[in-house]
Amino acid sequence: MSKRVAITGMGIVSAIGNSVAENFDSLKNGKIGIGKISLFETRHQNEILVGEVKMSNVELENSLHLPHSHNYTRTALLGAFAVKQALQQANITDCNDKKTAFISSTSVGGMDFTEKYFYEYFENTEIERFITSHDAGHASHEIAELIGLEGLVTTISTACSSAANAIMLGARLIKSGRAERVIVGGTDALSKFTINGFKTLMILSDTYNTPFDDNRKGLNLGEAAAYLVLEAEEVALAAGKNILAYVAGYGNANDAFHQTASSENGDGAYLAMEKALKVAQILPEAVDYINAHGTATPNNDLSEGRALIRAFGDKVPAFSSTKAFTGHTLAAAAAIEAVYSVLAIQNQCIYPNLNFKTPMQEFHLIPETKFVSAPIKTVLSNSFGFGGNCSTIIFTK
Amino acid sequence: MENLKTELKEKIIDVLNLEDIAVADIQDTDALFGDGLGLDSIDALELIVLLDKDYGIKLTDPKEGKVIFQSINTMAEYITTHRTK
Amino acid sequence: MAKCFINGIGVIAAQDVLLPTDQFSTLNEDVNLAVEPVYKELIAPNLIRRMSKGVKMGIYASQVALNEANVTVPDAVITGTGLGCIEDSEKFLKGILDNDEQFLTPTSFIQSTHNTVGAQIALRLQCKGYNFTYVNRDSSFEMALLDGLMQIKADEEQNILVGGIDEVSDHTIKLLQIAEIIRSEKNKNAALYAEGANFFALSNTKQENTYAEVVDVIICNQVADVNTWITEFLAKNNTSISEVDAVVMGINNTEVNVQYNQSLLAVFQHKTILHYKHLIGQFDTASAYGLGLAAQYMKHKKVSDNFIYSGSIGSVQQVLLVNQNFGKDYSLVLLKEAN
Repeated sequence: MSKRVAITGMGIVSAIGNSVAENFDSLKNGKIGIGKISLFETRHQNEILVGEVKMSNVELENSLHLPHSHNYTRTALLGAFAVKQALQQANITDCNDKKTAFISSTSVGGMDFTEKYFYEYFENTEIERFITSHDAGHASHEIAELIGLEGLVTTISTACSSAANAIMLGARLIKSGRAERVIVGGTDALSKFTINGFKTLMILSDTYNTPFDDNRKGLNLGEAAAYLVLEAEEVALAAGKNILAYVAGYGNANDAFHQTASSENGDGAYLAMEKALKVAQILPEAVDYINAHGTATPNNDLSEGRALIRAFGDKVPAFSSTKAFTGHTLAAAAAIEAVYSVLAIQNQCIYPNLNFKTPMQEFHLIPETKFVSAPIKTVLSNSFGFGGNCSTIIFTK
Repeated sequence: MENLKTELKEKIIDVLNLEDIAVADIQDTDALFGDGLGLDSIDALELIVLLDKDYGIKLTDPKEGKVIFQSINTMAEYITTHRTK
Repeated sequence: MAKCFINGIGVIAAQDVLLPTDQFSTLNEDVNLAVEPVYKELIAPNLIRRMSKGVKMGIYASQVALNEANVTVPDAVITGTGLGCIEDSEKFLKGILDNDEQFLTPTSFIQSTHNTVGAQIALRLQCKGYNFTYVNRDSSFEMALLDGLMQIKADEEQNILVGGIDEVSDHTIKLLQIAEIIRSEKNKNAALYAEGANFFALSNTKQENTYAEVVDVIICNQVADVNTWITEFLAKNNTSISEVDAVVMGINNTEVNVQYNQSLLAVFQHKTILHYKHLIGQFDTASAYGLGLAAQYMKHKKVSDNFIYSGSIGSVQQVLLVNQNFGKDYSLVLLKEAN
């Protein structure tokens, strides 16, 4: 009845690697990308740790062969870099030879440049072209133009669940026949705006983040971009594409509790997981591995933990958060974690939840702390954002 | 301390944008959070910044605020003891 | 497959929508603020205190739409916005820059996330359903509408609230004037800007006060041949250009748009064409106003002369909405008389 949604390509750039292979290598060998901030100066530089992509804007520009007159900010540069990888793996040279859509997501948008030039714009005409790179839709439009995509292009911005929602929408467009192929994902660069924002909420850690640990202090911000190419299964098979995995289930729900905090019982998270399981038509016990949102804030891990127990009872599958590797990459988080979920299926493994020492007092949930081989057929990935926006995606072999 | 208490009421009304409330409406012993003035956790974070900016008091643990911000009286006492500005 | 009906509309715009017809006047100012209602009528004062204009407009307009449709809690809330909560973004950024990252308070940061309006609506109504926000310039609202339409047609939900919101903010306006997006001394041929909120209660159930049926929506980033594109869209929906009674077009006469508008207008020669941006201004989700305009026209079978671009009032069984800006974000929305 329903079309299956196949994944035929992936691209990623994060604090732990500039390609899919590099990212997997880091995950396998416990190589983290968290450290002191070097991209720009901030008053808080000695009080925070971040996950930076180890490429400068100039390096990104050069690899994309952008004309000097471009107005990409770092968010757009990271995004374009990752999209190109995904297209290459999916063997797409003409974006319009099938009905193709592009759904990107971001929360920072061009704010990384707006915050540099906010006042300078009035004096310096040379930077004027960056004024129109501020909005969240800018990167999507630029990338669409770069890859020559003419079809449906849109941008989702629902904070930290954004990319999961992009994947979800992409799957729905394919299932409804409105698209044969959709490039989905998200991108966010580090910015003073987000660093200061999270600091005022007092949820930034001054040390390496410790998801699901009783002594967790908060998150480390990160930057990244990742995109996946989704194709209707019959289209992918007809073109002889290598199918990496399937998007089998998805769900979005709203916590409706508080603008930034999650409810104690994890209502939104629980509802999102339930919806995803229903769409995938699988029982909770079919899930082999959960890539948790696990930001290491006191609030999220408690709320998510409770939701996991509500959804899986006393049989919570092996789970871990990979944010100790990459930091919390905001809108891109669900996209990089989607790539990691697919890699887990391809390589039959579970990633370690690094820095874990002491189980949380409120319940008995112990994450996987080592990189292990395991039979993995079904992976569930959670991403929860401000505004109570809770999303879950389920990937299968 | 009376001046400080009035000053605090004015600042709270201003910083938290309590448009319909006047200084006279806030009693020194009224509960600021929950029932009473009805402030919430986001307001608490705003008040923590107020302590820093106007009185030079830095709180590192947001939970400390729960005790300090119980009422105008508790706030005024804490500030009088700890202020550096 | 279910049908999708518009059962409620809420509008806040640069001109008071309660004006008697024929009293709308063409905008003159570079930037036009919305005529705001008395928010206290619908929103509790202790909540209003934290809200930016966009959030207040969104909550108010959405409540008006829900009230009209007799819906207490929708199954889903989907919003579109071009610049998001720009007022709070500016406030927080200025705090960072002016105070060298000190003494910052969280409220404006929290409120600056693009999905704040959708989130606040859900919070206020305790709606735990699907909640998405699209931020993609001139097709932001249409994507929200398409998303809602897809879910209703697929029998996934019964009542969905969709809307478009955009607010103007001082510093950003000045920057957009430098960038020649908004009219100013620098470029007299750029758009007259405004702000507003337009919300719609979509439902799978036709009611007595239903405005119209939303048949289909299509969005395309770039269109080489508009005639073919429009013809194919209509054919897919078992109709044709000749069977469209009226066209509601988001015409904004910025110099850059003249050629794109001309190509679109050429497709609809001899048709009744309505336009609205000269009355409520240009902003990324202004086209949501167009949907309301079309819906009102179809329900009441009349519309103020100010909205007529060409042709005359006549039969309104099928209306096509068309929008684009700078040759991008093309969208079509097909409406049919509710049956």
